[in-house]
Amino acid sequence: MEWETVIGLEIHAQLSTKSKLFSGSSIEYGQEPNTQANIVDLAMPGVLPVLNTEAVRMAAMFGLAIGAPIGKGNVFARKNYFYPDLPQGYQISQFDKPIVELGYLDISLENGETKRIGVTRAHLEQDAGKSLHKDYAGMTGIDLNRSGTPLLEIVSEPDMRSAKEAVAYMKKIHELVQYLGINDGNLQEGSFRCDANVSVRPKGQKEYGTRAELKNINSFRFVERAINLEVERQIDLIEDGGEVVQETRLYDPDKHETRSMRSKEEANDYRYFPDPDLLPVEITDEFLESVRAALPELPQVKYQRFLDEYALSEYDAGVLTASRPVADYFEAVAKASGEAKLSANWVIGELSSHLNNNDLAITESPVTAEMLTSLIQRIADKTISGKIAKEVFQGLWAGEGKHADEIIESKGLKQITDSGAIEAMIDDIIANNTAQVEQYRSGKDKVFGFFVGQVMKASRGKANPAQVNEILKDKLKET
Amino acid sequence: MSLSPDEVKKIAFLARLSIQEEHVDQYSQDLSNIFGLVEQMNAAATDNIEPMAHPQDAMQRLRDDVVTETNQRDKLMANAPLKEDGLFLVPKVLD
Repeated sequence: MEWETVIGLEIHAQLSTKSKLFSGSSIEYGQEPNTQANIVDLAMPGVLPVLNTEAVRMAAMFGLAIGAPIGKGNVFARKNYFYPDLPQGYQISQFDKPIVELGYLDISLENGETKRIGVTRAHLEQDAGKSLHKDYAGMTGIDLNRSGTPLLEIVSEPDMRSAKEAVAYMKKIHELVQYLGINDGNLQEGSFRCDANVSVRPKGQKEYGTRAELKNINSFRFVERAINLEVERQIDLIEDGGEVVQETRLYDPDKHETRSMRSKEEANDYRYFPDPDLLPVEITDEFLESVRAALPELPQVKYQRFLDEYALSEYDAGVLTASRPVADYFEAVAKASGEAKLSANWVIGELSSHLNNNDLAITESPVTAEMLTSLIQRIADKTISGKIAKEVFQGLWAGEGKHADEIIESKGLKQITDSGAIEAMIDDIIANNTAQVEQYRSGKDKVFGFFVGQVMKASRGKANPAQVNEILKDKLKET
Repeated sequence: MSLSPDEVKKIAFLARLSIQEEHVDQYSQDLSNIFGLVEQMNAAATDNIEPMAHPQDAMQRLRDDVVTETNQRDKLMANAPLKEDGLFLVPKVLD
């Protein structure tokens, strides 16, 4: 039988606020346990939550970016939850009146087509603290620093039909929240987490199959692997006469398997009810307009503009707009140097490979946009060749100077454009390589490359290549 | 509408309440009475009235995104029965 996979994703994006959703505690990552948990986060008796404006603004930004209506009177609800990492005994979340209603996002498929994925809703909620299962004499350690951190839970429609589509969607959301500046995109630190609802059904069947929820699959690679593994498991199970049960499963990357965490059948009864401590949140037209006015240029718009304004290829524009810091960096260099194509090549090529090799983000690059601009200007005005430019780049990367000119100067890399000097070198080489000269003159054109190589060697790569070619041809013709 | 003893047990489980078997019938009776009250309220005409999310007819006040809290760990942990490495220790949590 032919099977069809159905996938919906729930993404938890931690909002880049300074303080928690309902308290004035810091949300900074990596601090000493329980030093950022105040009486509200500890759910001491008598405390009341007070909502963070910035979290509301960020959620509204996301809503506008996916073309969704913003809930003008959105409501917080309590979701019953009995684990010690959230001492309230419930999570403050949103239920029937979320802040962001139905929107969409377009993803690009491998075959070049575009597919629209529905985003059912996005709502604000509290994150839980951390449980440390390291051995504390048979007990669990609780760190509540993360407890109460603002999350935007982004729930998709079950619109994806393969693990690849799911990854493409997840990447798109990841890119968008970073563009908006509402999430730091850090998967390792758990600022961006993903759960996948996966089911299979015979191709052509309308009803969805029973789904399993894959928890906390926190890298793009793992999402793809975990989904494929789960799809295989479900198909095998059904083909062997079994039935998929609705449950939560955990992906284990080491053993490469998914395993049941707990049956959600009973636990699924969260018994939501409106939180009596919180009033409905009013989103006024003025507020929404101010959010809209502050919305940055969105990835698709930027992509189109890069094509139009800088005449980049679709590939280059795609790579350069995949993240906002990269786009900003490129644009700074392109604008300052006036050499868009050259700038694109250097950012995508030499710079990216150096960053990758050193595991650095572009914002941490030792070669700043100004420094790369100085280098590109010297390539454009022919002070240095493309080849020498790599050496200059290396110098800038190693911190040997702040401007390309400093490196060119200190290493004596300035291109030799004095035709007299080049002629002298060529005369020398011709005189010392009579055999090759004979070969060339008898029709062996390939030997020409040998001469170019010799000149470059003699000039330590600094001779202007176009001039070398021209003068060489001339000289070799002479008898 | 009334609640069966089994439903009472399920609600108690979900709320992590331990109730004694001999009290189940009484709870069932009491909770069913509450339903009776709700049904009585259902008789009130509410057409064209928008449901309220909160009995107070007001909107949520927001606060600025400012860190106002300092580290109070020692004080806040003073009453914790067990702690280690700055962590609260609780009975083992199993998923």
